[in-house]
Amino acid sequence: MSDVIRLHFDVAGDNLTEAGAAAGSVKKVLHQLGVDPAVIRRVAVAMYEGEINMVIHADGGTADVEITPEYIKVVLTDSGPGIKDIDLAMTAGYSTATKRVREMGFGAGMGLPNMRSYSDEMNITSEVGVGTTVEILIYTGKDRSPVNMAAEA
Amino acid sequence: MVLSQVKEILNAQVIAGEQFIGCEVCTACGSDLMSDVLAFVKEQGILLTGLVNAQVVRTAEMMDIKVIVFVRGKVPNDEMVRMAIQKEMVLMSTGFPMYIACGKLYNAGLIPGE
Repeated sequence: MSDVIRLHFDVAGDNLTEAGAAAGSVKKVLHQLGVDPAVIRRVAVAMYEGEINMVIHADGGTADVEITPEYIKVVLTDSGPGIKDIDLAMTAGYSTATKRVREMGFGAGMGLPNMRSYSDEMNITSEVGVGTTVEILIYTGKDRSPVNMAAEA
Repeated sequence: MVLSQVKEILNAQVIAGEQFIGCEVCTACGSDLMSDVLAFVKEQGILLTGLVNAQVVRTAEMMDIKVIVFVRGKVPNDEMVRMAIQKEMVLMSTGFPMYIACGKLYNAGLIPGE
């Protein structure tokens, strides 16, 4: 039996209410697998922020999750407008979100920085007019609480 | 602090999760910005907010927050109540504004969850 579990989700672009449903599903699976709750929370928050970003900026996309005993990898892919300046997009507080998104409690420029601080490794590739892929890696055995990570960030 | 005390202190109405009213909580935080909740809250207790949309419930779900108190008399919609019941959360509504609601709980000994 393989030690790897792979999950695929389509994230709808026109429904902010449903954003986070995939992260919620992954959270449930990780809980059933007995993964450390602190690790589950990091995966859930990072993926949730990614989903929100895809809904807000890219009219949705896909989320692929790979779960192994050693790590959890989340790949978020969209065919949106792309990110022109990734360093700027990673700056806490920088936002291009609309008023509607801000009224939902998001769009404060914390999405990508949050994803980075909850991940052990994060890689963004983006091409303007083509789309964006964000890869997040979180090790299951690493003793690195969100609090410590926030302090390091 | 037991949730029934929270209900009493805030003169709150329980909208979902009445069966969990005997559960204990140790911390609370107040925010209308869900990104801040996701970034800075480390303990799982009560979220007080004036924001009313499904993403409040989702945010609480991701952070393992089991109790949401809506301030200023805000009431969650049916979809939020449905989600909360499914996720075994408690939803309350209080007429107090955010500042007063947080102050009352703080005075009663509920420490910050961030």
